[in-house]
Amino acid sequence: MTVSGASEPPGGQPVLQIRGLRKDFGQRRVLEGLDMRLYQGQCLALLGPNGAGKTTTIRIVLGLVVATGGEISVFGKPLPKNLKRVKYRIGVVPQMDNLDPDLSVLENLLIYARYFRIRQKAARERAMELLSFFALHNRKDEIIQNLSGGQRRRLLLARALINRPKLLILDEPTIGLDPQARILIWERLEHLRKKGTTMLLTSHYMEEVARLATRVIIIDNGRAIARGRPDEMVDRLLGAEVMEFSGPAERLDRLEEALKGCNVTAERVRNRLYVYIKDGCRQLDEAASDFSVVVKRPATLEDLFLKLTGRKLRET
Amino acid sequence: MYQVWFRNLRVWLKHVRASLIGNLGQPFLFLLAMGYGLGRSVPEIEGLTYLQFIAPGLVASSVMYGAAFEATYGSYTRLSTQGTFEAILMTPVSIVELALGEILWGATKGLIGGVIMLATLPLFGVIPSIWSITLIPVLFAEGIIFSALGLVMTAVATNYDFFNYFTSLVITPLFLFSGIFFSLKAISSPLREALYLLPLSNVVELSRMFCYGTFHGNIGPELLNVAAFTLISSAAAVFLLKKRLIQ
Repeated sequence: MTVSGASEPPGGQPVLQIRGLRKDFGQRRVLEGLDMRLYQGQCLALLGPNGAGKTTTIRIVLGLVVATGGEISVFGKPLPKNLKRVKYRIGVVPQMDNLDPDLSVLENLLIYARYFRIRQKAARERAMELLSFFALHNRKDEIIQNLSGGQRRRLLLARALINRPKLLILDEPTIGLDPQARILIWERLEHLRKKGTTMLLTSHYMEEVARLATRVIIIDNGRAIARGRPDEMVDRLLGAEVMEFSGPAERLDRLEEALKGCNVTAERVRNRLYVYIKDGCRQLDEAASDFSVVVKRPATLEDLFLKLTGRKLRET
Repeated sequence: MYQVWFRNLRVWLKHVRASLIGNLGQPFLFLLAMGYGLGRSVPEIEGLTYLQFIAPGLVASSVMYGAAFEATYGSYTRLSTQGTFEAILMTPVSIVELALGEILWGATKGLIGGVIMLATLPLFGVIPSIWSITLIPVLFAEGIIFSALGLVMTAVATNYDFFNYFTSLVITPLFLFSGIFFSLKAISSPLREALYLLPLSNVVELSRMFCYGTFHGNIGPELLNVAAFTLISSAAAVFLLKKRLIQ
């Protein structure tokens, strides 16, 4: 599969630049030649099945994993040489909750501020500001165990912002949350993005990506397999609409045969046929009346994702 | 490095009482049982009553226990279940600073126990000399040794049960055979020389001398031994923790 649609850069020096990133864990190759650029004010989403290499990429940027090959620079400074300097301006929301359970909500922020050598007075002001931004100000003396999943995630976000980062790294920031909690976090992140915070996001929620990301890279097996803007890449790579047909195998076979002359992509999964439509097609409309169950809907990022990375379960 | 140390201090201060009782209970009970109990029927050793003889060594042992336990059970909890190390490593704090901060914290915790024990010895009728103040750096170095050895164990541990090896095969034998309860001088060569290679024996010997201000012979070799163990154990702990946390 080829990488396509890498549109023109908005200019200026990239906040994050990765070239030919490779990583082997023993015999297992996790990343093979990943490239990406993230510019000021953008939100770049890395999409990919579990094990595609998203988290590994983030961990390499943070110096928690040592790359086998390739180049990374953050704010124009090559890593790992400038790691310590660069990390003063990075904020991270990790996939796994690693809030400090020995400390209260406010203390979590204040102790974390110390790791960035922020003065305690400034840290306290910033912490209170962030606690109200994330609707946690009534909980400042609470112990971590008493927080709900949504509150913990919000606190993780507040913690990631304590040093006013120029680059915010979000590794599945709303994983395991209910829709209300997720929407609140999205609103806050959108607010930050509009104010110019640059973000690197990984997620499995397509809605999250569609809403937050300005650029998307789909990664599979340690490689970028598609890039673009979330609002145009589905159209460009897949088509505007998708029709789902289900029925007996012979009828699906006949339909698939009939579609040969059309500008559509068809994908057969057991007793289902997905047809991604780029241009209108007469055969398709005729066929539709033959089938009792037909779904016609706009194609989404999820369709593109599944088309590119396959529908089989990973990590079996 | 200091920030990591401070974080642990902050947490410790929240439950300081339980923590101190846990660390000081054992050496005090030994002091009572062996010093008062057994001591009545034991003649003087090296010119000291049995209680006086064992008291400085028990101070050294409380430093060892405090440091070793903090750097195993405490550090391992921060490394594994709590993910504290990972959270810290996402910030500008480097892995070397993290490891050194943990070692220094374990040493500090051990030292706090040792100093409290030293300060309460007069209650047992044991009066330390003014030289005891110079013992503090020695006890801190001892704390670094056992904190670093504990962190070495943490870096290779896969679960808490792993620390049973450390306790049963390292800490308890050192407690019993480092000359706290009997004079190593009475043991015949070459076993005596072998026992004097152990880190705790040298600290126990130094503790007794500093505690009563009676110096016999050159203390250079003992100090050198402690210094060497401090450096080697710290280097090993930093190296292994880095290997564990940075893939």
